[in-house]
Amino acid sequence: MSNILSILIFFPIILSLPLIFFKKENTLLIKSYALGISLITFLLSVVLYFEFDVTSGDFQFIEITEWVKVINSNYYVGIDGISLLLILLTTFIIPLCVFASWNTINTRMKEFYFLFLVMEGSLIGVFSSLDLILFYVFWEFILIPMYFIIGIWGGEDRIYATIKFFLYTLAGSVLLLIGIIWVGFLCSPVQGQFTSDLNHIMKMSVLLPLNKQIILFILFTLGFLIKVPLFPFHTWLPDAHVQAPTAGSVVLAALLLKMGTYGLIRFSLTLFPAAFVKLTPYIAILAVIGIVYGGLLSIVQKDMKKLVAYSSVSHLGFVVLGTFALTVEAVQGSVIQMVNHGLSTGALFLIVGMIYERRHTKEISEFGGLRKVMPVLAGIFLLISLSSIGLPGLNGFIGEFLILVGSFGSQNLGSNLYTILATTAVILSAVYLLWLFQRVMLGPLEKEENKKLKDISKFELLSIIPILIFVIWIGVQPNTFLKVSENSVKKIITNFELSKDKMHFEEVKD
Amino acid sequence: MENYFYLIVILPLAGFAVNILFGKRINSEKFSGIFSSLTVFISFIISILALTEILNLPESSRIIYIDYLEWINAGSISLSFRFLVDPLSVIMILIVTGVGFLIHIYSIGYMHNDENYHIFFAYMNLFIFAMLILLLADNFVLLFLGWEGVGLCSYLLIGFWYEKKFTGDAAKKAFVVNRIGDFGFMIAMFLIFINFNTLNISDFNGILSTGNFNINQPLLITIALLFFAGATGKSAQIPLFVWLPDAMAGPTPVSALIHAATMVTAGVYLVARNSILYVLAPDATFIILMVAVLTAIITASIAIRQNDIKKILAYSTISQLGFMFIALGNFAFAVAIFHLMTHSFFKALLFLGSGSVIHSMNDEQDITKMGGLKSKMKITYLTFIIGALAISGIPPLSGFFSKDEILYKTMTEYGSLIYIIALLTAGLTAFYMFRLVALTFNGQPRYDTEKVHPHESPAVITIPLIILAALSAIGGFIGLPHYLGLPNLFGNFLKPVFEKSLALRNSYSPEMVHPVSLELILVVLSVIVAVIAIIFAYKKFSGKSEFPESKGFAKVLENKYYVDEFYDKTVVNPVLKSSEVFFWKIFDIKIIDGFVNLFSGTFLRLADSWRKFQSGVIQDYTTATVIGIVIVILYLLFK
Repeated sequence: MSNILSILIFFPIILSLPLIFFKKENTLLIKSYALGISLITFLLSVVLYFEFDVTSGDFQFIEITEWVKVINSNYYVGIDGISLLLILLTTFIIPLCVFASWNTINTRMKEFYFLFLVMEGSLIGVFSSLDLILFYVFWEFILIPMYFIIGIWGGEDRIYATIKFFLYTLAGSVLLLIGIIWVGFLCSPVQGQFTSDLNHIMKMSVLLPLNKQIILFILFTLGFLIKVPLFPFHTWLPDAHVQAPTAGSVVLAALLLKMGTYGLIRFSLTLFPAAFVKLTPYIAILAVIGIVYGGLLSIVQKDMKKLVAYSSVSHLGFVVLGTFALTVEAVQGSVIQMVNHGLSTGALFLIVGMIYERRHTKEISEFGGLRKVMPVLAGIFLLISLSSIGLPGLNGFIGEFLILVGSFGSQNLGSNLYTILATTAVILSAVYLLWLFQRVMLGPLEKEENKKLKDISKFELLSIIPILIFVIWIGVQPNTFLKVSENSVKKIITNFELSKDKMHFEEVKD
Repeated sequence: MENYFYLIVILPLAGFAVNILFGKRINSEKFSGIFSSLTVFISFIISILALTEILNLPESSRIIYIDYLEWINAGSISLSFRFLVDPLSVIMILIVTGVGFLIHIYSIGYMHNDENYHIFFAYMNLFIFAMLILLLADNFVLLFLGWEGVGLCSYLLIGFWYEKKFTGDAAKKAFVVNRIGDFGFMIAMFLIFINFNTLNISDFNGILSTGNFNINQPLLITIALLFFAGATGKSAQIPLFVWLPDAMAGPTPVSALIHAATMVTAGVYLVARNSILYVLAPDATFIILMVAVLTAIITASIAIRQNDIKKILAYSTISQLGFMFIALGNFAFAVAIFHLMTHSFFKALLFLGSGSVIHSMNDEQDITKMGGLKSKMKITYLTFIIGALAISGIPPLSGFFSKDEILYKTMTEYGSLIYIIALLTAGLTAFYMFRLVALTFNGQPRYDTEKVHPHESPAVITIPLIILAALSAIGGFIGLPHYLGLPNLFGNFLKPVFEKSLALRNSYSPEMVHPVSLELILVVLSVIVAVIAIIFAYKKFSGKSEFPESKGFAKVLENKYYVDEFYDKTVVNPVLKSSEVFFWKIFDIKIIDGFVNLFSGTFLRLADSWRKFQSGVIQDYTTATVIGIVIVILYLLFK
């Protein structure tokens, strides 16, 4: 299976096409088919996991095929441990989204599942592209299915939200494209020719003079930061989440946002080390502001989805801080935090979706005392909230702790003030999530319309129990996952140190 | 030992899992209660086995490390589930599983007929699990797991009766206030990791005892104070004590187990576990002493004006925890643990006794509406009296020995002023306890005798009371003061744990030798104060039937010095208000998002104005083309 990566990327994309020819009325077939494809994709990715050699930090399963010859772009894919974890997260989340949509998406079903499968393949493509143009194609392509998912199956203000989402992230992407083109010309092994091969570019780009690196870094990073989203580029996120259907929110939070944080590690960090160092303080400040600010805003939200959206701003601030701390512990923390955020926030959106399906409102004040009628859902809600709060023994703590402890002594950050401020999030997250839980689930069950609500169904359990398993697994035995990315992270940091030394050497020579 | 020792935590965890997952389906109070109690009982047996194993070792090497699973490996961090069994942790796990088991038995009766009986026992088991992890952990992160775990159980059990409105607030307050302390705990861990490259407790203490450290290094003072910040949360000291009185919203067995006997002592344990750090940072230790003295006197003064039986005991607990920290502040680590133990006996007894009263009074908690229960609940009354005498420091009950040793250390370490405050606190303690006893058990009934018919509780409740009363009565004998000339078993057992710390303390501040007469004078003095306070309270409140509204300072005490109101005004409300009104509605929506929309709007307007060029009229385009050509030609000509 030397081309297992390509199979993973194109299996869901190509096999999404037959959906178009299914009969619209045959809903069960459509759903089962989509579920089947996504489950097979998951199994394929499990094979990938077992074939992967964790003792190496190098790219594996590499495939190169000539693609667009005029610009020397190749179809060039390969993964390291970081990519692998995110691919596993992707193939794990998508079947759960199918479960979550099973009884809730009843219009244009064919199109819905078609878009989901296309998105799945593209996401795997993003996480495995080693050619910048190929990366860019997948990166941009994902906007389209997401645009339609919010725009067609979304809430009342879906058009405003989806256009905002589309244009905002597109603006970032355009800058990314300019950056790719420029760096492709600057760093080509053959003078005057273009290249988009990550390996070629990396060798040269680390040697670029600081001012050029800084411009390129900004062109690349701005696009990533909008996607993350980092404060102050986050305002598209609450709007998009509030309008998106449940499965859309899950994919958006769990997977799409990770493209941004992934991009930071894979490109911003590895390609432009000097600029990375130079601009660290600015981005770290934004990350810390985002952590605290996102927490404060979460506290005062009245809409459940908005609350979770703002909490994402806070949680992803951690990932950015860890990346820029640039110690093995902190970057490892960032990688596992990406997975954790995908699981916990994904699950939170699933839960909010379940409550929404029952009452058709997301206003927190409409609820209270639901635990009386839905004890199991309440228990799951609490467990997930605790995971998001970072309770030791559950997944969230592992990422948060590694990021904080790894960034505390970080030379690149240069001050532990960032970490100290970020640590206040342990207080804020307890406030907003426990308060949310209290207002929805605890207290007297007063509202008439809430008294007859049903507890979580067996079917809904299917979409959330897999997440619970990993919430506990990662909390108790994180090494299963930490070891997957450990050597890749070490390699990235070693390369970084080497190129920094080279930079100094070049400076001296000049 | 490692082939069975893990069961001590696994069994309560299994009790939790079985009850939470299958409790509803099994639907049997008997099963849930007995199964859950049994797991704690076996843990207690294992603790005794651990004690014998430790005692079998030569005194100098009484320490056993047990490595189980690996936990977190990343970069240079390598943490595992590693237990540290030494005299200190053995004493602690004996208390937790022993008292814990009695309270489980008591709960079988107390929680009878509760809708969520099985969930109650699940949470209680989870608590025992987390508390044991906290006490046995050999690295700070694992300790933190237990620390947060007990906090979670506290949250779950305070909010156990979730349908009442205030329980949710109380539970959330407990968790959040504790998290403020945890912030300090976490930063302390980061500092240790960065500076000592370990998160292992014994390694850290080993490095500190190498003798390479000066006294009062800023780094060590910082770490010491940050850990203490964590302790002020968990052990409810100033400024974070406000959650504990509210925590009384939970069922009474919870108050006894978590909020009196065990969890709230975790902060004391944390400081004692790192005794060498506090010896190396005496300035930090002095701050602990100051905070502890203030906490003890302030909360004891609040207790004398409260009418809710559980609130009185809650403030009493805070005050007694203050006593333990006073001991720590005087570097009397073993004495602190001794008081921790005796307190866990008599305070668990008092809480369970109050539960017995509340139960028979149909959930009445206001002691001004009780009275005359003496004759109706004999066992509860007698055991309660023993507990009250023990906490008041009447010889030869357990509290007498532990408290007098603290008072003595206070006198010899820092002199008379702090001693007098501590003595005054002891007097207040005796006073509020016997005010409580007099109002509850003496005099005439002040409740509606038509509706309420107090009666003695069943054996499942009274037997734990009797056992705890016996422990409260005789528990002090294992820690006899040296002026009696008999061995202090407790102190000797703990000696190896604190040996190095005390030797270090002696090296820079040699212990002075005091005449035995001083100690005897102090003992007599404190007994006199306690007896006077008891008689005064008994006389004043035994026949009282009028409770006029309080005025002046009494009103301030009744309102707990308005501390909660102060926090609301200065912290909670400003944060909420500014987040909602400014950060969200103005900064986020108007400024940031406003800018985004303005930016995109500008493009729309630009596009709109350029659209006018696209008029669709051929002549316009031709004109434009011609103009363009002319410009190009002119440019080429004149360039």
